[in-house]
Amino acid sequence: MTTNAAMKRAGRYLVFYGGLFSLWVMLAELKIWPPYLFPTPWGVGEALYSGFKDHSYVIAIETSMQRVLIGYAISVVFGMILGLGVASNKFLEETMGGLLVSLQSLPSICWWPLALLWFGLSQNAILFVVIMGSLLSVTLAMEDGRKQMPRIYGMAGRNLGAKGFKLFWYVLLPASLPFIVTGLKQGWAFAWRSLIAAEMLYLSLGLGQILMMGRDLNDMSAVVAVMLLIIALGFIVDGIVFRSMQRHLQNKWGLTPTT
Amino acid sequence: MNMRLTSSPRSGDPSWARSENARSRFGLISRAPAPSGESTEPAKVRLHDICLSYRSQTGEQFPALDHINLEVNTGEFVCVVGPSGCGKSTLLHLIAGLHRQSSGEIWFAGTPVAAPGTDRIMIFQEHALFPWLTVGENVAFGMKMKGIQRREREERTRYYLRLVHLAKFEKSCIHQLSGGMRQRVAIARALATEPDVLLMDEPFAALDAQTRDILHDELERIWVETGRTIIFVTHNVREAVRLGDRVVLLTFRPGRVKSEFPIDLSRPRHLEDPEVAATARQVLDQLREEINQSLEAEYAAVIKPKIEP
Repeated sequence: MTTNAAMKRAGRYLVFYGGLFSLWVMLAELKIWPPYLFPTPWGVGEALYSGFKDHSYVIAIETSMQRVLIGYAISVVFGMILGLGVASNKFLEETMGGLLVSLQSLPSICWWPLALLWFGLSQNAILFVVIMGSLLSVTLAMEDGRKQMPRIYGMAGRNLGAKGFKLFWYVLLPASLPFIVTGLKQGWAFAWRSLIAAEMLYLSLGLGQILMMGRDLNDMSAVVAVMLLIIALGFIVDGIVFRSMQRHLQNKWGLTPTT
Repeated sequence: MNMRLTSSPRSGDPSWARSENARSRFGLISRAPAPSGESTEPAKVRLHDICLSYRSQTGEQFPALDHINLEVNTGEFVCVVGPSGCGKSTLLHLIAGLHRQSSGEIWFAGTPVAAPGTDRIMIFQEHALFPWLTVGENVAFGMKMKGIQRREREERTRYYLRLVHLAKFEKSCIHQLSGGMRQRVAIARALATEPDVLLMDEPFAALDAQTRDILHDELERIWVETGRTIIFVTHNVREAVRLGDRVVLLTFRPGRVKSEFPIDLSRPRHLEDPEVAATARQVLDQLREEINQSLEAEYAAVIKPKIEP
């Protein structure tokens, strides 16, 4: 039953992606556009191969991952503190709540000039942009999660002797997790986008930089190869970290999948 | 069923699980513990002139509880009944220290209540177990907060799960349990912190009748075995009479103590005992007046009253 369904799903994937790939091959082979505008799959494959072979892609991935992880971790910690504060304090909610929502409409790369002036052309400037990209998502998600969370958990926790940090860590945080996991995921996506954008402007290692390098060298195959890499990495983190987190929560809480 | 329910993990009880008056409880069955108590020990819980008023959104104060005076003795099982909206749940929150009263004082074992404490544990109507923890972790939660060592925690968790006949479910998730099992976990979780008083807020209201019957038997047995003081809030008069040493009737808004009924019936009792039914009728007669008032208030809020005086 389930294997049958899985087979069918795999079949659908195969048809769709096979079709997409054939379309690409066909368009490339028709040679309507020159290869420096429209690369062939083999060209992209070669670019990927040589990029990994001379370790330039590996170093770029390591650098980018390190930056985004640090930035995202900081966002999560501060976003949760801020979100809880806004959710539990009437004054903060009325004042800062509106500010947070309006700030979120600002694309994070708009912080780049400011970051350059504050931090110079440095790692910190990139981190700043990454944090500005994801902090607000996490904050708003936490605020919302804290409000959606059934109040009885907080009462039961206090009743059983939890207070202060223990109440937050053992009750409020896990109780709001199902409500904030979507926000955490969104925060990750924003962090990732902000990072690539910032790296494209700040030419020092990272995936964004080799992407720009491809443009400078007129190497369309390399550009597409790096784009594929960026997609793949984002997808892998989303699939491995967040999907498994959601699945774990669904199993624990007995929620039905929301897809 | 009875066989299973009366079997208890008594043999090899650790010292913290033994209670002084547990064994003798069924011996003095026909004697209802007098509200004033013959011992010189002060009341376990004493409510003195408790008032509580809420401020509505339009800014007017409306009283929820009005000069409540109540004493509950050590080991006593007191049931509080009243129409919905009389503030009986709020009363438990006050004793638990989760809210503050507007005036009056609550004394617990001789000291005023100022904050939540694990000597007074609530059992809520439903959905108060932590779904991110397993059954065992839920039961161990209060002990963990208290800083009790892991080994003792695990030992006690197992003991209390056996007490509510859920030993096999230690590793289960909360959502896998039925409503009745969940409330038994809630009872185990409450008992595991070794509270002096259990504050039960309509704990069986959401259960079907059969499950409720079984849990009545279990609660009575656990009360006898552990010797805890229980304050049990319900809107179900039969349930109150079936369980309590004493039934306290509250009036409709604002909640005031209307009358108290000592329940002088032998234990173990059953819901369908004619004595229980007869006593429940007495209580119900008085409650009905209050319910009528609450219904009138409800209708008045929906339709503008056109009734002649």
